[in-house]
Amino acid sequence: MSKYVSINVNYLTRVEGHGNIKVEIKDGKVEICRLEIVESPRFFEAFLRGRSIYEAPHITSRICGICSCGHTLASIQAAENALGINPTEQTTLLRKLLLHYELLDSHILHIYFLVAPDLFKVASFVPLIKTHPNIVRYALKMKRLCNELCDILVGRHVHPISAVVGGFTKLPTISELEDMYRKLIELRKYTEITVELFSKFNFPEFERDTEYVALVNDEDEYPLLYGDIGSTDGYRVDKHEYKNVTNEFIVSYSTAKRTKWHRESYAVGALARFNLNHKKLHSKASEAAVTLNLKPKCINPYLNTLAQVVECVHCTEDAIKIIELLMQRGINYDEVIVPDINEKNILPVRAGEGVGVVEVPRGLLIHHYECDEKGIVINANCVIPTNQNLHNIELDMLKLLSEIINQSTDDITFSLEMLVRAYDPCISCSVHKLEFKVK
Amino acid sequence: MKSKPKVAFFDFACCEGCQLQVANMGELLLEVLEIVDIVEFREIMSEKWDGQFDIAFVEGSITDEHATERVKKIRERSKILVALGSCATIGGVNGMKNSFPLEEVRRYVYGEFHKFFPTVETKAVHQVVKVDYFIHGCPIYQPEFLTVLKCILQGIPYYVPEYPVCVECKLNENVCMYDRGLSCMGPVTKAGCNSWCINNGNICYGCRGLTVNPNTEGFKEVLRKHNIPEDFLIKKIEMYNKCKELDK
Repeated sequence: MSKYVSINVNYLTRVEGHGNIKVEIKDGKVEICRLEIVESPRFFEAFLRGRSIYEAPHITSRICGICSCGHTLASIQAAENALGINPTEQTTLLRKLLLHYELLDSHILHIYFLVAPDLFKVASFVPLIKTHPNIVRYALKMKRLCNELCDILVGRHVHPISAVVGGFTKLPTISELEDMYRKLIELRKYTEITVELFSKFNFPEFERDTEYVALVNDEDEYPLLYGDIGSTDGYRVDKHEYKNVTNEFIVSYSTAKRTKWHRESYAVGALARFNLNHKKLHSKASEAAVTLNLKPKCINPYLNTLAQVVECVHCTEDAIKIIELLMQRGINYDEVIVPDINEKNILPVRAGEGVGVVEVPRGLLIHHYECDEKGIVINANCVIPTNQNLHNIELDMLKLLSEIINQSTDDITFSLEMLVRAYDPCISCSVHKLEFKVK
Repeated sequence: MKSKPKVAFFDFACCEGCQLQVANMGELLLEVLEIVDIVEFREIMSEKWDGQFDIAFVEGSITDEHATERVKKIRERSKILVALGSCATIGGVNGMKNSFPLEEVRRYVYGEFHKFFPTVETKAVHQVVKVDYFIHGCPIYQPEFLTVLKCILQGIPYYVPEYPVCVECKLNENVCMYDRGLSCMGPVTKAGCNSWCINNGNICYGCRGLTVNPNTEGFKEVLRKHNIPEDFLIKKIEMYNKCKELDK
């Protein structure tokens, strides 16, 4: 039987616009299997040059609306590293809290709005309003709670206002801390429901061993805000050596930068973090992993979603712990800082180079800046999680195709889309925009 | 019963954060869905629609030929086109690219592979096609989004406030940033965000665009009073407003 299958999936990515999944199968043989990013670049690295390094977090948070808090935190870390600024303990606690909120917000969006429709076999959450009104209600409720938490802490979730180089322009009042605490307790209830719900779904059984890369450190805490870069193959390097990890390369048929470390490709994100740091999860999150039957080292990329559910439990519990600690310590309001572009010289300025590496919802995010003695950016580089996952996704697709090649075209398409979506590339829902031809 | 208006969301060069602001409305979104039919919204939905749109929300700036053609097609299919967020309404941060030679910008980011990354001067949506409503902000302010939506559904215009952010800021009883020794874009930036950033202790970065008739002399006087050089502020204005140069 001569069968020609051509799959073309057009989707938009977080940073650079359009991308395609392109598959061609001829007479049962995979001829093309690509994840192409056809970028509509915005050139952030280029136009950061000439701007004050103090403005970098404000500008780079605009790279991505979904992980704008993560970009802000990576950017602040790179800038402070370049300028030689050490954040206070209070600032570090509040930044950890912000990163928890970011992971929660983004994971909930992905789990409920992007992945759940696949599990219910519908096109979006809209049909679920009628069929599963309770699930939609509490998904929206969780989303709303995360947004309200960000509103209180940094003014808003999309492009946080008060997190800046040097600290925060506004610090939470005692009643705001209490308010966040109440919201987190409410969120805890919903994360428990989420674990229960997702333990009942069946995910595709597919495995491919790869190198998982995430932050690691020697502390007891699940590393998200700082650390070295580590891998499941046992390697560990200082963040300043990130270029030895990313080894960016280009393949002839695609225009997007890809990365590899010790193998052909590596993966970042919730599953990578779980595989590397599961021992440091909050006990309730470890229990959730058991309920969800998620075990390290897990090499089924579809289960990245379950790793996100586990992280939702962890982030909620650790955020509660941080707020309890802040309430106990009290907030030092003298630490409020408004650097603007530091025209008042309240912060040190020097020529320097700095790297910021933060675990954002989709994985390792790297910002690297160089500034002159006035704090003006002269060079900038950002390495985005989705780019690091790109080659790994493609190799997964290839192996998956070989296993499901005899299935119906609809099933192949569904499995591929779901695979790509599991990695949570920004705006993964657009993978549904599909043209499919069988000749 | 009359059928509900067909609404779609599209994105161009942007961070997709303004659509997220819509998705982030939580349970309010369910109420919006009771009065309109969202037929395309890639960020959270997979459904597709091939017909005419009653209302198309367009997020992002126009930065290449492909985008130019695509936005023109969306315009043809839409009764009402709304520019959503600063990248769409004024070019936003994408405009900073226009301060550099395009060839140099491409080479800087993509090195020897720069030829794969075509780009043109960043433009706001109204600089390419007719725009019926503007929702400014980086990101958009949700209450204003709902106000504009209500205006569209009633068939009446929405007037973006022409007074500066300072008016709202004063009502919110914030201490003036200039009195704190900082330079703020509030005096020359369109209001409508309820002085969101200043309420949270930061300065205004001017994301909603310059007021239609900025009080330049008054602004210069403020700068003189606080010993701030004028050219220092040009850079700040350019962060969001560089594309204004392309307005005829």
